Amino acid sequence: MTNYILRRLFHMIPLLLGVTVLSFAIMKLAPGDFLTQMALNPQIAPETIELIRRQFGLDQPWYVQYWKWLIGILQFDFGYSFTYRVPVSALILERVGNTLILSIGAAFISWAAALPLGVYSALYQNTRFDRIASFFSFTTISVPSFFLSLLGIFIAAKTGWFPTGGAVSANYSSLDMFGKLFDRLHHLILPVLVLGFIGTGSLVRQMRSNFLEVMRQPYATTARAKGLPEHIVIWKHIFPNAVNPLITLLGFEIASLLSGAALTEIVFSWPGLGRLILEAVMSYDLYLVMGSLFMGTILLIMGNLISDILLAFMDPRIKLG
Amino acid sequence: MAQKSNFRIIINRLRQNKRAWFAMWIIVALAFFALLADFISPYHYDEQNRTKSYHPPTAIHFVDAEGRFHLRPFVYNYSLVDPVFKRYEPDTKKIYPIYFFVKGDGRLRLFGTDEPSRLFLLGSDLHGRDLFTRLLYGGRISLSISLLGVFVSFILGLLMGGIAGYFGGKIDNILMRLGEVIMAVPGIYLLLALRAIFPVTLSSAQVYLLIILIMSFIGWAGLARVIRGMVLSIKEYDFVTAAKAIGSGHMRVIVRHILPNTLSYTIIAMTLSVPGYIIGEAALSFLSLGIQEPYPSWGNMLSAAQSIRVLTNAPWILIPGIFISITIICFNLLGDGLRDAFDPKATGGVEIK
Repeated sequence: MTNYILRRLFHMIPLLLGVTVLSFAIMKLAPGDFLTQMALNPQIAPETIELIRRQFGLDQPWYVQYWKWLIGILQFDFGYSFTYRVPVSALILERVGNTLILSIGAAFISWAAALPLGVYSALYQNTRFDRIASFFSFTTISVPSFFLSLLGIFIAAKTGWFPTGGAVSANYSSLDMFGKLFDRLHHLILPVLVLGFIGTGSLVRQMRSNFLEVMRQPYATTARAKGLPEHIVIWKHIFPNAVNPLITLLGFEIASLLSGAALTEIVFSWPGLGRLILEAVMSYDLYLVMGSLFMGTILLIMGNLISDILLAFMDPRIKLG
Repeated sequence: MAQKSNFRIIINRLRQNKRAWFAMWIIVALAFFALLADFISPYHYDEQNRTKSYHPPTAIHFVDAEGRFHLRPFVYNYSLVDPVFKRYEPDTKKIYPIYFFVKGDGRLRLFGTDEPSRLFLLGSDLHGRDLFTRLLYGGRISLSISLLGVFVSFILGLLMGGIAGYFGGKIDNILMRLGEVIMAVPGIYLLLALRAIFPVTLSSAQVYLLIILIMSFIGWAGLARVIRGMVLSIKEYDFVTAAKAIGSGHMRVIVRHILPNTLSYTIIAMTLSVPGYIIGEAALSFLSLGIQEPYPSWGNMLSAAQSIRVLTNAPWILIPGIFISITIICFNLLGDGLRDAFDPKATGGVEIK
């Protein structure tokens, strides 16, 4: 197992190199940088700008810049953010946590909702329950995350049950420990629900069709023929085999979660990675865009790796080698 | 018995799937409305009315304040009673009948009413522009951009996948690694970063082409991978050897003999990938990095909803989102139906988003 993980990590290196080249190329192709905007400000002397340019090595040829940036990444030094005036790595570390909380919470909700829904719509195939569940999953697959977020905010603003954005209230620092925890959870509920809702549909559909397929397998009939009670047949014999293919889907899910999370973060003013990259793009914050692009990629690749490892744990038939 | 063409068989199977058939007609209707926006919409998409900012949907009446019935539907003129919360009240003294096939600034319109009253079927926006009108014109932009985006990225994906699978070796390696790099970055992140290459302020025509370009750059990779796999097995068939034997060039073999065999997969995948492009365009325009004012798109019409005050006082500005969702639902249903029609034995679902 360790061998397999190590090999997978090793295979990631060329891919990540490719991503660094891509993100560097994007930033080099962009017209101007933060300094050209600075130059428009008459209060900043041209000498100051020249000084900053030299300080950040922006006067050197692109391959030198790329090489320095690459070496920096290996030491978890993503460069310096011009707008925030702090190291990019500090910003990213701060934001990644928020994105992870949002995505993991959402994944948890969609799995918790999708598994029973999928199982019961397979058991009650072609009944009214099945049709309602299938309509529900079709809707969640089709509604764009930013529109659902807007609807969520609309409900929050009308009822006043939830905050309409941000990660903490304005008076956060004056709260005690439980108050802080409650405040964070309170802000988390709506974005997590929105994102979890989005992810539910495809899981329900997949779970339903897997379950229907496994239900017709001879070993399910054998289990029944042995006289096992129905709930044991369903939950001990059919369910584990029907769940396995879903774990491979986890990888895809992480990709769509991260993209969906970016838009949800932006609408909910949630201080995550997706919102960070939008702000960076808007202000031509070169190293910040590259850093967040790179970090987003790492999250996605790690997600895929974790889903493969999970699958190997859950399904003894799969041999990693 | 006459031999039915493949196409007819597919259409017949699709017709039996009521949901997919219905979804197809909704898509056709939406496209039809968008195409005929000049005729159906009562106003020009940028016709402003400063006195009717965030005007609620106009109620259409048949019975007036004195209880008299009118065969011709009519509306009342609304006046602003609360400028802070944008509250409007109808003035029931004077009725404004709705006329059909009226002439307005030089063109025929389906319906309209007399000034100073306005007929806002779905309310108005900040500048007092008719939301229904902008929805129709916006549909033109949003639908065409996503269909063109799908088209361009599928041509790219088919060619890249075809070339990679057919030639193999180094070309295959380079193309597939490139695709893997593109697929390794979360979609929205890449979309935003690629948009950053170009200046924020571009003309609308440029942005239109740019969005198609960016989305195709991201979209070809996934398709090319699958097509490559199919080409690997198709190129071993005798008919490919035969085509080569009679002296067809490589590109001709790929385009004329190999790729047509991936047609059924391509049609299904194209239909199922339209939603992604609709969301991509809407998201960019929503973040004001896409289609710019005064031109409407379903995405940039939703931007106004980012203000909580506007959202609570004028909830009708969320309507474009409902249209985005309906369109996506229909493309998903149609794609599912097509898959069943092409392969009745297949079960289960393919991932969409």
